[in-house]
Amino acid sequence: MTPSVMPEAARKPSSGFDLKLYGPFLALAALIVLGTIVNPVFLSPGNIGNVLTRTAFIGIIAVGATFVITAGGIDLSVGSLAAFASGVMIVVMNALVGSMGAGLPVILVGVLVALGLGLAAGLVNGLLVTKGRMEAFIVTLGTMGIFRSLVTYIADGGTLSLNSEIRTIYRPVYYGGVFGISYPILAFAVVALIGALIMYRTRFGRYCAAIGSSEDVARYSAINVDRVKLLAFVLQGICVAIAVVIYVPRLGSASATTGLLWELEAIAAVIIGGTMLKGGYGRIWGTVVGAVMLTLIDNILNLTGAISVYLNGTIQGVIIIVAVLLQRGTAARR
Amino acid sequence: MTFRFGLAAALAAGLMVAPVAGWAQQKIKMGVSIPAATHGWAGGLNWHAQQAEKRLEKQYPNLDVVIVTARDVGRQANDLEDLVSVQRIDALVILPFESAPMTDPVRAVKQAGKFVTVVDRGLTDPSIQDLYVAGNNPQMGEVSARFMKEKMGGKGDIVVLRGIPTVIDNQRVDAFMKEIEGTQIKVLGMQYANWNRDDGFKVMQDFLSRFPKIDAVWAQDDDIALGVIEAVKQAGREKEMFILGGAGMKDMIKRVMDKDVLVPADVLYPPAMIAEAMEITAKHLVEKAPIQKEYIIEATLVTPENAAKYYYPDSPF
Repeated sequence: MTPSVMPEAARKPSSGFDLKLYGPFLALAALIVLGTIVNPVFLSPGNIGNVLTRTAFIGIIAVGATFVITAGGIDLSVGSLAAFASGVMIVVMNALVGSMGAGLPVILVGVLVALGLGLAAGLVNGLLVTKGRMEAFIVTLGTMGIFRSLVTYIADGGTLSLNSEIRTIYRPVYYGGVFGISYPILAFAVVALIGALIMYRTRFGRYCAAIGSSEDVARYSAINVDRVKLLAFVLQGICVAIAVVIYVPRLGSASATTGLLWELEAIAAVIIGGTMLKGGYGRIWGTVVGAVMLTLIDNILNLTGAISVYLNGTIQGVIIIVAVLLQRGTAARR
Repeated sequence: MTFRFGLAAALAAGLMVAPVAGWAQQKIKMGVSIPAATHGWAGGLNWHAQQAEKRLEKQYPNLDVVIVTARDVGRQANDLEDLVSVQRIDALVILPFESAPMTDPVRAVKQAGKFVTVVDRGLTDPSIQDLYVAGNNPQMGEVSARFMKEKMGGKGDIVVLRGIPTVIDNQRVDAFMKEIEGTQIKVLGMQYANWNRDDGFKVMQDFLSRFPKIDAVWAQDDDIALGVIEAVKQAGREKEMFILGGAGMKDMIKRVMDKDVLVPADVLYPPAMIAEAMEITAKHLVEKAPIQKEYIIEATLVTPENAAKYYYPDSPF
């Protein structure tokens, strides 16, 4: 150990407490305390429900992103893909109302279309990265532009709106729920749970971390690197599709601004949650916390009039940096 | 031998090109530079510009319209250079992304001897433009405030959702605040919603949690207003308040027409102004028609009585 590390090691309270693991949860707790001080309404069930429901889209996408990033990749196309899949889903459902009538079957077809698109987009990204031997950054930067302009083209530069009869039937998927818990929150919970099982309890999850840590070592260890990376991108695409399925009933529309900058929010959620941007180490529950934190910051800023709206970005930036500093300051040197 | 053959070929090619070039020179070229369709209103702008292009090229066979769209100020400045040097335009119709940074690039076009029409966002040096076509942002804020004042009887609690931090947004909000000065209308909260439905929805959800009583919402923009409507419906507080948007989106005009109690009116800020600017410019270029220097489009209040006049069901906006 080099001398410069000594003070850090000495400051650690006990060997059993790992800041890297619990840092995100501490930051979340601090944020909740801050929110309550700012405005007691913060803790009302209505507000908590709103915040968690809103988090669902980014959260679900971020669970997928955790796998891609853990495996050493990155996917910048998720926001554009969400907009594109929403747009196609709306167009397909509107077109089918005439022949099938407004009802559950039309919505089911719409859901299948979204899932198919997500799967296909994941495959395209994944194949270009693995078989095309290209950097994930460039591949997904390209598809990001493609999906975004496709949705603008389909919408003729304007906004695509869902047929109002379908909308009425589909609406409860966002606004409804069971036992006071909305469906988006339930979907988020299920996706996170499955994500955690895959990440921590399957070989695939271990392989992702191994590849992110060192692709060459993984290859020498007889891991089928290409297949694992491809699967990670496919998983990401499916997560985006699930997010789309619960996003469309919210406002029943898609436009060129749908899902703008979602890729950055998803990546931020993943990193705040403790996953390493360079890969090799992934935390699903951390990602969940990271996504909730991002929404909470906006929510708290909207609940107070004390801070000039011009400074919103500053507050967001400071909180994000402090949250990550909290876990990295000590934990990075293990 | 080869030399002579080459010379002959060159001569022949020259003969073939010459009349084409002469014909091309007679064609009048009008460049149109506008922001890309990154939000609803800009989408409407693009649609109206394309419609006007088709209409004008049919009306004036010797007119060629070139539309370029840019995603930011830097790209728009590049577009202008290309329009002048590559496309060799005779006139420019521009809706600048932002006033100050685009002033010098437009000045360069003017100095190259082109006719310049500025739309919507004025340059910081108005002497550059030959023609100015614009909506009236301060008036939009004023008309909105006046309507809300009347509707609320001069008192009550409102929340304001702002657009993207720009000159346009400031002009609207400043004029609005000035107009409600001295009344008993209280602005409970103000936040940016970026002329975007999702943000309108989120900000309004939080305002609804924060304030137990809201009498009215000034959303300033129809995209924001649509997000606000969903949030209010979700909270089941439709009876408590009304919402005033702006721009003239077809969905909102339809609601006003159908006497939706949540949306009693809308204030126009029509993206069709680009078409108007293109038409006036084309008429001047081709027919040498005399023009006024300024056309200011009024911020009209749309109510159930006059809504049908402003309803364009085919527009994407």
